[in-house]
Amino acid sequence: MTTTLIFYFFAATLIFAAFRVITVRNPVHAALFLVLTFFSSAAIWLLLQAEFLAIALVLVYVGAVMVLFLFVVMMLDINFAPLREGFAKHLPVGLTVGFLILIEMVMVVTHWKGLANPSTVVTTEMSNTKMLGQVLYTVYAYPFEIAAAILLVAMIAAIALTSRLHNRAKYQKPEQQVVVRREDRIRLISMPAEPKD
Amino acid sequence: MEPLVLSDFLTLGAGLFCISVAGIFLNRKNLIILLMCIELMLLAVNMNFIAFSHFNGDIQGQVFVFFILTVAAAESAIGLAILVVLFRNRQTINVEDLNSMKG
Repeated sequence: MTTTLIFYFFAATLIFAAFRVITVRNPVHAALFLVLTFFSSAAIWLLLQAEFLAIALVLVYVGAVMVLFLFVVMMLDINFAPLREGFAKHLPVGLTVGFLILIEMVMVVTHWKGLANPSTVVTTEMSNTKMLGQVLYTVYAYPFEIAAAILLVAMIAAIALTSRLHNRAKYQKPEQQVVVRREDRIRLISMPAEPKD
Repeated sequence: MEPLVLSDFLTLGAGLFCISVAGIFLNRKNLIILLMCIELMLLAVNMNFIAFSHFNGDIQGQVFVFFILTVAAAESAIGLAILVVLFRNRQTINVEDLNSMKG
């Protein structure tokens, strides 16, 4: 029963924070509410005994991705007032579509007989991380390597997109090399000759 | 209070997904909030995967969540890099201003 109470508390926090993400005026606040959303869902994943993924979510998302979001929001000098235009205009259609999708999904997941009585929860002696690792490094070894390649490509792409190295690199400028004159390069000066020893 | 069942978690995931869909409708000019809404959507999908994985006693759902987290992290990193380059070139992130390919 305590688990149920904890679930409802974190679910309410999750829904509230997600709602604030899409309605708040300042994107910095939106990013901070997104942190709260990820943290609450990590707690719910702990209730579902997915410990490794819950900790990974906190470390990767709250620790890295959200800091990246905050960094970008604060680094770019953006005037956010024009970006809020049309919020009130799109509010009815957005709420209508979202509410309809919600009603349809809730009808499906609460009335489908296949889901009403799930099979008994299997509890094993092994820890969640060990179970995940045993599957991940055997059955899913090739997808795991592809995931590593995706991360590498993403890293290279992000660096290549945002680097400004080409502004500092030295290039040849042929047009200036062609028009160079003798006077630009050589300067003749007259000075007294050194006396012989 | 009855114990938790699968549909509780699925309903929570559905609510999260609908909030992010509504967020894409509401903030259709702000590219940063759009990226955040995509992250919320992926989180809702991950919630469903983990709920099914727990109630079916099958670890493979969590493996898929692992891969989704990987791809989502790569996606947000590249998306934010594109955003930075876009702002550097155009001085705006307003989606309405990005219409140079419109016929």
